[in-house]
Formats: sequence, C-alpha cells, structure tokens
Amino acid sequence: MNFFKYILPAIFTLVFISCSDDTTDFGPINEVQDLIKVQEISNDTHTIEVYTKSGTLVQGYNDITIRIKDKSNQEFIENAAISWKPVMHMTAMMHSCPKSELLKVADKQTTYNGFIIFQMPENESEGWDLTFNYTINGISYEAVDTISIPQSTKKTVSVFTGTDGVKYVLALIQPQNPAVKINDMVVGLYKMESMMSFPEVENYTINLDPRMPSMGNHSSPNNEDLTFDLNSKMYQGKLSLTMTGYWKLNLMLRNQNYEILKGEAVTDVNESSSLYLELEF
Amino acid sequence: MSKFKISFSVLLLFTSLVFSQNVVIDSTKIIQLKEVIIVNREHLSNKNQVKPLGSIDEYLEKSRIITMIKRGNYAWEPAINNMVSDRISVTIDGMQIFGACTDKMDPITSYVDVSNLSEVHVKSGQQGAENGSTIGGGIDLKLQKGNFNSEVLNVGFDTGFETNGNAKIASTEFNFSNSNYFVNADAIYRKSDNYKAGGNKEIKYSQFEKYNVSTVVGKKINKNGAIIGTIIFDKATNIGYPALTMDVSMAKALITSVSYQQKNNNSQLREWETKFYMNTITHVMDDTKRPDVPIHMDMPGWSDTYGFYSKMKVKKPNHSMFFNANAYYNKSLAEMTMYPTDPNENDMFMLTWPDVRTLYSGMYGEDDFKLNTNSKLKITTRIGYQKETIANDFGLNSLQIFYPNLDKNQSRFLVNISSQYEYSKKKFQFSGSIGYGERAPSVTEGYGFYLFNSFDNYDYIGNPYLNNEKSFELNSAINYADKKLKMGVQASFFYISDYIIGKFKTDYDRMTIGADGVKIFTALDYVTILNTNLSAEYTFSHTFKLEGLVGYSLGRDNNKSNLPLISPLNYKITLRYKKNLLDAEFGASGAAKQYNYSSDYGEDLTDSYTVFNASVSYNFYKGSNKFFIKSGIENIFDTYYSTYADWKNIPRMGRNIFVNISYVLK
Repeated sequence: MNFFKYILPAIFTLVFISCSDDTTDFGPINEVQDLIKVQEISNDTHTIEVYTKSGTLVQGYNDITIRIKDKSNQEFIENAAISWKPVMHMTAMMHSCPKSELLKVADKQTTYNGFIIFQMPENESEGWDLTFNYTINGISYEAVDTISIPQSTKKTVSVFTGTDGVKYVLALIQPQNPAVKINDMVVGLYKMESMMSFPEVENYTINLDPRMPSMGNHSSPNNEDLTFDLNSKMYQGKLSLTMTGYWKLNLMLRNQNYEILKGEAVTDVNESSSLYLELEF
Repeated sequence: MSKFKISFSVLLLFTSLVFSQNVVIDSTKIIQLKEVIIVNREHLSNKNQVKPLGSIDEYLEKSRIITMIKRGNYAWEPAINNMVSDRISVTIDGMQIFGACTDKMDPITSYVDVSNLSEVHVKSGQQGAENGSTIGGGIDLKLQKGNFNSEVLNVGFDTGFETNGNAKIASTEFNFSNSNYFVNADAIYRKSDNYKAGGNKEIKYSQFEKYNVSTVVGKKINKNGAIIGTIIFDKATNIGYPALTMDVSMAKALITSVSYQQKNNNSQLREWETKFYMNTITHVMDDTKRPDVPIHMDMPGWSDTYGFYSKMKVKKPNHSMFFNANAYYNKSLAEMTMYPTDPNENDMFMLTWPDVRTLYSGMYGEDDFKLNTNSKLKITTRIGYQKETIANDFGLNSLQIFYPNLDKNQSRFLVNISSQYEYSKKKFQFSGSIGYGERAPSVTEGYGFYLFNSFDNYDYIGNPYLNNEKSFELNSAINYADKKLKMGVQASFFYISDYIIGKFKTDYDRMTIGADGVKIFTALDYVTILNTNLSAEYTFSHTFKLEGLVGYSLGRDNNKSNLPLISPLNYKITLRYKKNLLDAEFGASGAAKQYNYSSDYGEDLTDSYTVFNASVSYNFYKGSNKFFIKSGIENIFDTYYSTYADWKNIPRMGRNIFVNISYVLK
C-alpha cells in the first residue's frame, strides 16, 4: 500500500508535466467548462447556448447559464442586455413560473446566469417554451424555442394555496448534493400574483422537520427552521441528515404573524405534513 | 500429560502466595489481587474445575473477580470488579487487540480459544495496568509456547460432546521442542445448535460454529536470545445472539507477532522481550436469519491494530523491577446499511464508527521490594499519551451534526499509579493497596453514531468531549491459612469520577425503529463500586475437600441510584473428592435476588437461583501415552434461570451432560 501511496502521485506528476504542453488552449475562451449544454435556441443572427450542471432541465429549481454566439463570426457576445420568459402552454391557459433575472456572470466575459423554477412538468399535450429578449448595441432581438421539462422523481417543488387564499410556489434550491452532515438548506418561496408574475415572499418562516418514512419515520437532530435572507431573497436554514437514503422534508409555512398558512406538525398519528419536499441520496 | 489438563487454580490473594507454585518461582513478588487461571495441559493435576474443552469464557467465569455478561451462547463479555470492556484492559500476550463490533458482541477473548493458551492472568484494579490504562483491572491471555529447556515431542487429540445444544468439539495439538527450536501448533473446532434452557425451552438463535488454528515457533539465535513468532487465525460463523436483534454471520481475527526474547538468570537484567505485533479483525453483524425485523440491516466492523512493546525484568537484591514501554495504533471502522422495503429506494447508510485512529504510547514501571522479613511494598506507575483522529470525512461530518465545531484530532494524557503493602506473620496475612487510574473513552463512547443498545432500548451517540474517567481505589484483604483451613476476606472500593455512561437526551429523536430515544455518553460526577468476597477451603482428609465463596457488590451513582450490571449476593460451594487417578466434584452455585437493580439503565429485578453441578474425571496411562476422560452434568435439576449478567434476561442453559476425551501420544 505504501508503495502506491508514494509512487502513484509521483507518476501522475510526471505524466502531467510531460503532457502540459499539449493541453494548453489557444482557442476562444471557454467559460462553460464545468457545465453541460442542454440545447441551443437560435434565431437568424444568434445561437443561444443553454447550459446546466447536469445537461438537462428539470421540474423544480434550475441553475442556468447561457451564452450568445454571433452566427456571422462565431464569437460570443459580451455586452448583451438580456431577459427571459419561460411559459407553460396548457390546453386552457398559459402561465409562467418563478425566475430570477438573467445577469452577466461577474468576472466572466461571455456567460449570463440565472435560475428558473419550473413548478410543473410537461405532458403529451402541454409543454414549456423559453423566450430570450436581448439587446446588443441598441438593437433588440428575440429567440424562442420549446424546452423539455420532464417530471422529477422526487418532489422538489410544491404549488399550494395557503389559508390566506394566496397561491404559492415553494422550491428546494439547496442542498443540490445532500450529504450525511448538517447541510445548508435554501428554499425559494413565491407568490403567484398573476399568470406571469411570481414575486418573492418576504419575511415568512418555514418550519422544517426531516423524516425517514422507511425507518419508522425518525427525524434528525439540530435542524434549523428556514428564515428569509434579504440578500439572496430566499429562505435559509439547516438540514441535518443522519444517513443516506430517502428523506421527506416536512414543512409548515408561517406568515409574519407566525400563523400557519400551510402544513401540519408531524406526530405519532400524523405521519407527514401536506407541505413537503423530498430528497434521496 | 493429559490434553488440556486444566488445573484451574485461583491464586487469589495470599492463599496463592502461600500455596501456589508461582510464589516459589518469584518469592519477592506480591501477588495480591492476582489470579492465574491455568488453561494448558502442562502442569497436570486432577484439580480440574472446568471441562478441558470448555470455552475460554467458562474458564474466566471461575475467577472470583470476573463476571461474564452473556448475550448468547458465544463470545461472553468479561467484567472485572463489575466493570465491563471499556473499563478493563484485555490483552493477548501483552498485545492490544480491539473488537470490531460496535455492540460488544466480540470481546477479544472470543478471538482465542483454550487451545492457544497456557494461562490467564487476572489482575484487579490498578494492578492490571501493566499492558494498558485501566480502571477495573486487566486480563492478559498468555499463549502456550515451548521453551528450550526440555526435549518434547507429543501429539494430542481431544474430542468433546455436550447434550445441550448438541455441541461438538474437536481439537488437535502438536508440540515439539529441543534446545534450539520449539513449535506449538494447534487447531480446534466447535459447533453448537440452539441450546435449551431449563424445562426444555429452546433458545432460538443461540447456535454458533467456530474454528481456530495457531502456531508458535521459537528459534534460539544465541546463548540467551531467541526469536519467537506467533500466528493465530480464528473464525466464527453463524453465531446467534438470542438477546439481541442481530446475529453475526462471520467474525474473524488474524493475530500475528514476532518477538526477540533474552533471558539471563545471572544478569540483573533477567528478561528482556521486544515484540512487534499486528492484528486484524472483521466482524459482520446482520439479521438475515431473523424473520420479524422492521427493517433488514448489515453492520460490519473492522479493527486493525499495530503495536509493539518492550518489557524488561530487572532483579536486584530485595528489588524486583519490571518495565514496559509500549505503543499501538488502532483503526476502528464500522458501518451500517439498512435496506428499505421498497427496492427502488436507496439504501440507508451510516458510519457508526468513523474510522477512528488511536495512537497510544506509554510507559509502565513497577518495583516490588522487601521492607523487612514480614512486609513488602510494591509501587506501579503507568503514563500514557493518546491521540485520536477521525480519518473519515463522512464520519466527521456525521458527528458534526451533534458537535458542529468538532475537530478531527483529540489528544489526552493518562496516568495510573498504585501502591501495595503486604504484611505476613505466621498464619495471617494482611494486604492493602491504594491506587489512582485514568482511562480514555472508548471508540463507542467517544465517536459512536446511533448505536442501538438493546439492554436499555436506546440509541447511543458518542461524545468526543468526554474527560478521562478517573478512579481512586482502595483494596484490602486478610487471609488465614493452616493445614486444614484457609480463609480469606477481601474488599475493594472504587470511587470513579467523570464516570462515563449514557444519559437520555429528550430533544433527540431515535433512529432505530422501536427504540425509546437517544442517549448521549456523558459523565456522572462520580460513582462508587464496592466488591467484597469471603472464601474458605477446608480439607477433611486426603480425599475430601470443601470450598466455598460468597461475594457481594454494590454500585451507586452520585444520586444514590444503582448502577447497572452489578452482581447481587452470590455464592458457590464445591465438594471435591480425589483418590489416585479419579477426581470427582459436586457443587452448587447461585445468587440471591437482585434487589439493587438499575431500572434507569434498563435492568429489572433478577430472581434468586441455585444450580447444581457434578463431574468426574479419570486418567489412564498406556506406556507414556495418556488417556483422559471427564464427564459431568451441569444444572442437574434443569433449573430455568437467568442471572443479573444475562442481557435481556436471556435464560441460561438447562441440564447439560458433557463428555470430554483427551488422548496424548508421546
């Protein structure tokens, strides 16, 4: 064992040193190295490349990075002002979903980043499209295409009407890579103001009670309820996971007066809250 | 020579000083509070108190200060002075070995067998600190090895059968030695089905099967020096633990060492032994054979230890000194995987021991010296430094759920000191000792993660911030001996501060289905443990002898509540008959009702009981070959009973008839 412990790193070092000349990239800058392309959305002049970590879009929260390629010279645009609009086309109506602005990534030249929370999946007759409106040097452009949002196997977003009659969208944002530890948990909470407007809900409280239904519905220690963070406009808390497997994150949403708008406490007779998220790892 | 000729001699206290051979060998030594249980077949006499092929556990159980905690019919856990594993030091020939089971289902005594051993040294309290830090005492299992003094060549075969559990035992042994080499090789195999408690009640999941092979080889390399190598392989399979919710599909150990030994009777440095050792243990706990579990799970564990010691015996006029410099590095890892009923769901996995690396180094010294013709004094000291590291990030993260600022490294100093005084005049002997000792928390106590304890039905979480447990002890004993009567009374008192025990934490939810909650290892301010016993032996004639023993213990915490696993009043009486090559005995043993039980720790009242045993043995000689047979009945009246030390009140074995036969070819 010791032999490998010491010799292997030495071999790797040698290999890397000897290869380093070949890997030096003199081409155009690549700012999407750790990302996978989901698809391209084009118009006559530009191709918009859509990237995520996984290479797919999912029901729930999506961290999306894009870049715009000029079809004429194959170069990436560095000075676009851009907005986006996801729309679900249902048989009887259409609506949008919670999203952030799409902003240029700090200290990057060519990429723009934001998030979209698709609160429902596509089906055979209904689906999503994504429209980009952008301005380059005073000229406006639009690009639009359909996107695919399959159903998530786990519940990562919840749409519900609170006791106050308001329709809310609640989505799990963090942890994206849950582990056996105290995880930072982030949840987005949005109010459905209209079919197209989903502003953040501020200063509510979300009670958190993670459970393992497969193991007699036990909980975990030292969780922290989610509270509103003014900076990120999201709800932050602590999620403790004592083992791998399937966890049901039971939630209760409370308004500024600490009145319950949705959800019930988990007890011996009540196995789960009607407001919950799921994760499995 | 009879095989496994077991003369079990309890050399406790002054009785031993006066009558044991050991004293003749080393007459300046105080051997108060030391018992030597002889397991080999070298020193033959017909004083067998244990069946020759009895388990090592059955031998240990005969000690006055050892009690055995039972979770089934295999791998009992020894306790000294009513203190279990974490508070005592158990070594094999001075080698540190640590069980790999998070639930104490594999005390290290389960990784050797009687075929490996010559004797077991049992020392009470701080006298047991020779090989490691301890509170309750020390057990050192001495391996059987030859010497270069005599020409020996023999082969032994043994077989045993017991009606209860349909137990079969077979063993063979080869011994060779001359002035330059010695070889001791042995193999043993045991298999038992479920045993039956009194009233023919079958105890399900109490079966086991095991084998053990070992070889010790010595070679003389100069006039006084020799190199000795040891290898033991022990593997048990299909072990049932009726008192627990899980069984063990496999437990195996590989124990190896190589040492250099120098002996010179003409030098002040009488003996100097330096040994390097390595052992690795794999323990696979599972519940695949249990039909009614809420969720199936596997709990494998691994424990590897690397270490060395260097022991020196120095003899000066009126002084007998002993030093031991030792160090070890242990790696303890255990995990738990639970399988959800829905096969599409991911397995649930946790690290129950987060790959804890313990590095210990320490020094021990003792000086035994004569004050005058009647009195002796002995002083012992051990200092140690211990460093613990959580090597696995998964495990560190897990524990940080409870201890957010936990650092992966911890270190601590450990001190053990004691002083003994002995005075003897004519037929009386008095001895007293005073001691102070410390121990580090065990891996489970420091770093365990949701370890279910079926005894009190709680999940346990370790506590890395525990202080060392500290013990202050007092011992005294008075003995009387004349030709017919030997009597002794002995008392030991322990005041243990920062006593480590689990405390219920109301705001944590249980993990194990059906558990009552979570306990965190914490420290009680102090506890007190008192152990007393009275022993007597009366020789009626050359053929008849009567022996008796009564013991009483009391353990209390700082709120005057009882501690768990403390023995109630217990007694033993044996009538021995010996004539020529025939040896017979009839005995009774029992305990009074356990009034001082600890309901806080899951104990309930254990009733009184008395059981009766009888056995007879005989030696046949044919030339230099020897044939030895022993047969007996245990629990003659098939009493249904359990003792305070039986996990979840699992009943003990009912009537059992055994036959052991040994054959030695020379």
